[in-house]
Amino acid sequence: MQQFLNVTLTGLGQGAVYAAFALALVLIWRSTRVVNFAQGAMAMFTTYLALTVIEGGQSYWVGLVVALVAGLVLGAVIERLVIRPVEGGPELNAVIVTLGLFVALQALAAILFGSTFRSFPAPFDLRGFTVGGVNIAFTPNSIYIIVAVVVVMLALVALFRFTDLGLKMRAAAFSQEVSRLLGVPVGRMLTLGWALAAGVGSLSGLLIAGGSLVFPAYMDAVIVYGFVAAVLGGLDSPAGAVVGGLTIGLLLSYVSGYLGSELVALAALAILVAVLLVRPQGLFARTAARRV
Amino acid sequence: MSQQTDEPAAAQASSPVATGAPRPGPLAAVRRRLPRSTFGRHALVVLLALVAVVLVLELTSPFRNSQFATMSYYAIAAAGLTVLTGLNGQISLGHGALMAVGAYTTGLLLGDDGTGLPLLLVMVIAAAVTALVGAVVGAAAARLHGPYLAGATLALAVAVPGLAIYFDHTLGGEQGLPVASPDVPDWFADAVYFLSANETPTAKYLAYLGWGTLLVVLLLLANLMAGRIGRVWRAVRDDEVAAELAGIRLGRVRVLAFVVSAVCAGLAGSVLGVVVRLAAPSGFTIVLSLGLLTAVVVGGLGSLEGALLGSALLVFLPPAVTNLGIGAGLDGTQAAQLAPFVYGVVLVLVMLLAPSGAVGVVKKLWNRSRTNRRGPSTRRTG
Repeated sequence: MQQFLNVTLTGLGQGAVYAAFALALVLIWRSTRVVNFAQGAMAMFTTYLALTVIEGGQSYWVGLVVALVAGLVLGAVIERLVIRPVEGGPELNAVIVTLGLFVALQALAAILFGSTFRSFPAPFDLRGFTVGGVNIAFTPNSIYIIVAVVVVMLALVALFRFTDLGLKMRAAAFSQEVSRLLGVPVGRMLTLGWALAAGVGSLSGLLIAGGSLVFPAYMDAVIVYGFVAAVLGGLDSPAGAVVGGLTIGLLLSYVSGYLGSELVALAALAILVAVLLVRPQGLFARTAARRV
Repeated sequence: MSQQTDEPAAAQASSPVATGAPRPGPLAAVRRRLPRSTFGRHALVVLLALVAVVLVLELTSPFRNSQFATMSYYAIAAAGLTVLTGLNGQISLGHGALMAVGAYTTGLLLGDDGTGLPLLLVMVIAAAVTALVGAVVGAAAARLHGPYLAGATLALAVAVPGLAIYFDHTLGGEQGLPVASPDVPDWFADAVYFLSANETPTAKYLAYLGWGTLLVVLLLLANLMAGRIGRVWRAVRDDEVAAELAGIRLGRVRVLAFVVSAVCAGLAGSVLGVVVRLAAPSGFTIVLSLGLLTAVVVGGLGSLEGALLGSALLVFLPPAVTNLGIGAGLDGTQAAQLAPFVYGVVLVLVMLLAPSGAVGVVKKLWNRSRTNRRGPSTRRTG
C-alpha cells in the first residue's frame, strides 16, 4: 500500500511536468501544424543557461527567470528563422527541420557546457513529508512543481480566454486567411505562439532538472513521453495535453515502480501505438475524424 | 514529398527507354551498346562498382579500410531508409532500433567464440528477424503519417535499447553483447592474394563483406525502384486518394516498403555487429537514427546515389570536423560534438535551401544545362 501511494505521488509530480511539456507541443501544433521535436533540446539548452547563472552565484529564481526569458527568445527566433520557410509546405520537411535543430542544439550544448553529468539545485526540500510516522515520496519540491505547472496553465487559459491578444492568437491558429483579412498580424501571432510554447517547454525542462542531474541528452525520453501525452490528449487540445500528461506520468510511474525502469520507454511506445490504433483522435478531440 | 514535381521527370531522364528522340553525339553511341534490360544495366554498374571497390580497398591503408567498412553499413541502412522516406513518403526515426535488432541477432547466433552458424546464414537470419519486426512496426506505421509516424518511430528508437538492458542475461545489459569476429575464409584470402599479392587482414575482409552486401542490396533496391513496386510506392507517396482509386491497397504497399527497409536495416546491423564486434545499447541511440536521416536528406531523398553520398559524409566528415575543432582550440570531447552539430545545421539548411538534396541539385543543374543546349522548345524539362 505504501509503495502504491509513493508510486502514485511520484507519478503525479512527473505527470505535471509531462503535462507542461505536452502543452508546449500542443501550442505549437495548434498554431503552425508542426510537431516541435526540438522542444526537448530547446528546454535542455535554457536549463543549462539557468544552471550557468545559478553556479555564477545567483539564486534559483534568477535562474528560472533567465531560463524562461531565454526560452521565449529562442522560440521566437527559431520560428522566425527556420520554421517560417517550411510552414505550410510538405509536412515531412518541417519534421526534418525540427529534428535538425534537435541534433544541433544538443551538440552545441555539449560543446558549450560540456557533456558531463551536472547536478541541478532544487529550490525546495527534497526530503519527503512524514505522515503518521511514515515517510512518503511527496516532497516540498513536488508541491512546487505542481503549483508552478498549474499557475502557468491558469495564466495561459486567462491569456487565451480573456485578452485581445489571446483571441488574435486563437484566430490566427484557427484560420490564417480569414484572420489576415480581419487585420490580425498572423505572422507575429505565430511567432508569439512559438515563443510562449518554448517558454512553457523551458519551464518543464527546469522542473525536471530540479534536484537531479543535467546532461545534454537528459530531455530525450521526455520528448517521447510529452509527445505520447499530447497524442493521448488529442494534440489539438490544451486541456487534453494536461490530462494526457498526468495520465502518462502515472502510468509510467507504475511501470517503473512495479516492472522495472528499463521498460518505461517501451511502455510509452505501447501506449502510443494503442492510442493511435484505438482512438487516433485522442481523448479530447473536437473534430470527429482526423488523419494520423 | 518535397521533390514531387521533379521526381517523375528525373526518373524518366535516367531511363533511356523513355528518352524520346535519340540524340546525336558520343553519348548516344555508348548508350546503344548498353544492355537493354534494366537489370542488365544495373548489374553492369554494380560490376564496375565492384572493380572500383577492390581497387580502393587494396590501395588504401588498414585505417581507411575500416572506415570503408563503417561506411558500408551506414550506406546499407541509408539505402533502405531512402526507399522508405523518399519513395514511399514514410519517415522513420527508428532505423537505429531496427539495426539493433539485426546486430543483436547476429551476436546471439554467431556465439561469442565464433562457433555458431556460418556468417552468411546468420546475416540472412538477422535480416529475416528484422523483417518480422519491420512488419509489425510497419503495420502500425501504415496508419500514420508525417509527425505522428515520426513520433511513433522516435519512441521505438528510445524504447528498444531499454529491452537490451532489461534482458541483461541474454543480451548483455549496458556492456553489450560481444560479437565474434569471423575468420577470413582461405579461398577469399587466396583470391585476394592472387589478384593483388596483398594479405587479407580481418579489417579488410570485413570491408569486403560490407561492400559486397551493400552492392547486392543496391542492385536489388535499384531494380525494385525501377519496376512496378517502385512505381506503386511513388504513386502512394504523391497522392493517396488517386493511388487508392487506381486499385492500390495503401496499407499493404506501406507495410511492404517498411519491410524492405527493415531488411536493409537488419543487414546493416548485422554488418555493424561483426565490424564493431559489439552490440551495445549505447551504439543504437537516437543519434544513430538521426544520423541516417541526415545522410538520406543531404544526399537527396529517394536516391540511392544520395544515400551513398550521405553515408560517405557520415564517415569521413566527423574526423575532418573534429580536427578543425581541435585546431581551433577545443578539447577532445568538445571537438567530437562538432560533427553532430554540423549534421544538425546541415539538415536544417538543406531543408530550407535545397530540399531535394545534393543529387536533386545536380539533376536540376544537369537538366538545365541540357535544356539550354537543346533550346527552350524541348518538352522534357519537367
